[in-house]
Amino acid sequence: MGKTLFHKIWDEHVIHEREDGNVLLYIDRHLTHDLHHRLFPLIKAQGLSVKEPDKLFGVPDHSVPTTAKTVDDIPEGEMRDTVVGLQKAADEYGFHHFGMTDDRHGIVHVVGPEQGITLPGITLVCGDSHTSTHGALGCIAFGIGSTEVQHVLATQTLWQRKPKTMRITVTGSLGFGVSGKDVILAVIRAIGAAGGTGYAIEYAGSAIDGMSMEGRMTLCNMTIEAGARFGLIAPDDKTITYCKGRPFAPTGAKWEQAEVYWRGLVSDTDAAFDHEITLDGDEIAPMVTWGNSPQWALPVTETVPDPARESDPLVQADMQASLDYMELKPGMALSEIKIDTVFIGACTNSRIEDLRAAAAVAKGRKAKTRTLVVPGSGLVKKQAEAEGLDTIFLEAGMEWREPGCSMCIALNGDMLAPGERAASTSNRNFRGRQGQGSRTHLLSPAMAAAAAVTGHLSDVRDLMKEERS
Amino acid sequence: MSGKPKLEPFTTFASVAVPIDIANCDTDQIIPGRFLRKSADDPDYHRILLHDLRFKPDGSETDFVYNRPPYRGGRIFVADINWGCGSSREHAVSVLTANGVRSVIAPSFGDIHYNNCIKNGVLPIQLSSEDCATLRRQLRESPGAEIAVDLETQSLTGPDQTRYDFTIDAFDKHRLLNGLDDVGLTLAFEDEISAFKTKYAAKHDWAT
Repeated sequence: MGKTLFHKIWDEHVIHEREDGNVLLYIDRHLTHDLHHRLFPLIKAQGLSVKEPDKLFGVPDHSVPTTAKTVDDIPEGEMRDTVVGLQKAADEYGFHHFGMTDDRHGIVHVVGPEQGITLPGITLVCGDSHTSTHGALGCIAFGIGSTEVQHVLATQTLWQRKPKTMRITVTGSLGFGVSGKDVILAVIRAIGAAGGTGYAIEYAGSAIDGMSMEGRMTLCNMTIEAGARFGLIAPDDKTITYCKGRPFAPTGAKWEQAEVYWRGLVSDTDAAFDHEITLDGDEIAPMVTWGNSPQWALPVTETVPDPARESDPLVQADMQASLDYMELKPGMALSEIKIDTVFIGACTNSRIEDLRAAAAVAKGRKAKTRTLVVPGSGLVKKQAEAEGLDTIFLEAGMEWREPGCSMCIALNGDMLAPGERAASTSNRNFRGRQGQGSRTHLLSPAMAAAAAVTGHLSDVRDLMKEERS
Repeated sequence: MSGKPKLEPFTTFASVAVPIDIANCDTDQIIPGRFLRKSADDPDYHRILLHDLRFKPDGSETDFVYNRPPYRGGRIFVADINWGCGSSREHAVSVLTANGVRSVIAPSFGDIHYNNCIKNGVLPIQLSSEDCATLRRQLRESPGAEIAVDLETQSLTGPDQTRYDFTIDAFDKHRLLNGLDDVGLTLAFEDEISAFKTKYAAKHDWAT
């Protein structure tokens, strides 16, 4: 019996296996951000230290105002203390730290792959659920809690149960105006927000092969929204080309050694998965969410669903609670939903390809909503500016900001007012996620830009008909 | 395997139980993001649990179940599917323990939240969707009814004295029964970790 991609990587990192199947895993890379700054004094108080600081990378992202260029620009208080706290820990323990004035600064899940910290075949953790993002490069990457973060800081290892494996095959190819975001929303809609709980999900199939690295990262990013801590894709030529030459990637003989190993990281043809699902990539349309779980997603061409048509009373109640919170009525066309604010950014969709997709829609048009465009890193921002994307956004009346998590989690001052409705490229439409009483519709960057220039949820394919022909 | 007790061991526990009839109750509901920079030492920390469900924007209380006596102060929650999905924030367990909550019973849990519970001495118990719905209904019908949990025998007794058996990973059970923290356990493996690193570096020089 062959091995899955996941098991191949897992087995290489097992230090010790208990009789009950729990293993002590070696962790190759650990990423951290500002919200963890309090954990460093905590391990110190236990007489512990950072075991392998050269494998730890810190970057402030959650608490960074997108109008601030330096720490001094952050208003005094807990936001600044958090950013300063991480810097102090980096100074004390000597781990890598990309501060606000460093071009490499940005959202931890954008920075990792961009810097070559994330590589195929490794284990990578971060105290953030969207660490699943990094699996797009063909590694085991997962989010952990703060007690586990302390454990990795102190030992560079982690106790884990081996998850079950699921393969999601997306056949065919994606149509015009359809991106990684639409694929993952279609996946979550299909399997449910708890459909991946207990699993590591490997994505495969021609539609995945055809996706860019950015699209794959979006796909793996939101795998946690299907309940799975791990999403991963076998490394291919695109992955290897992407990694080559990045600052922390291996070079010379080590690169040669790595490439040979990486090319063997595929699920064997006779590998057995605990669960298999197939989706038709040709059938996936631009998606939007209408409720307070990412599983409440539909093609933008459809209408708000009617809970009365659901047979399960618990599901019915859940749907109705979403409709009440979102102030939506069954039967209304999704494309009639008016939007107050558009947010283009977050670890889900703030990479250069995402900004290009949004700019292609914004070009020559005017935003009818408040629109924030927040690049994922200083390097993404520079690249976008070199391509003139910032000018396109500004001429469309959109705001061009400094990198950070921004309105995805609303911890940096960027937020919605109670009752305000957003079209957002972030990953969570939970109640109050973007500010107390906020209402969120999740969608792709192109769809977000379409909502901005029309003032309501819109099918980007209609808007881009001319460009298409 | 060695390790010193660091957490309050979980053996048996009985309490008034609180029915939480919310599917996919994410960790943003359990603790809204804007409180993530608050220290657990804050005297008002316990108020943050399920904050936006319990308090109106003006700070006054809603009629949410956990606000109502005799549910207020209940230390076992019975929830619906996918309790604790979403963000990895361990604060979602800190606010449970700040209120004395020691067990959550649900049909399924967010994987990261489940692990965070174990690491903090909170017992997550998985029962079927039907059993959880039955328990929640009984708790709604008999406010103040208790649930009794016995981790050693992996069973709980509902308000009507029905016994439910549950499964739990052997390692998780061991840690909870003895109040062990992982670092204490892992430090006993220092030699094995060193040996592994030597072997790993030889095979995967590129990754080190």
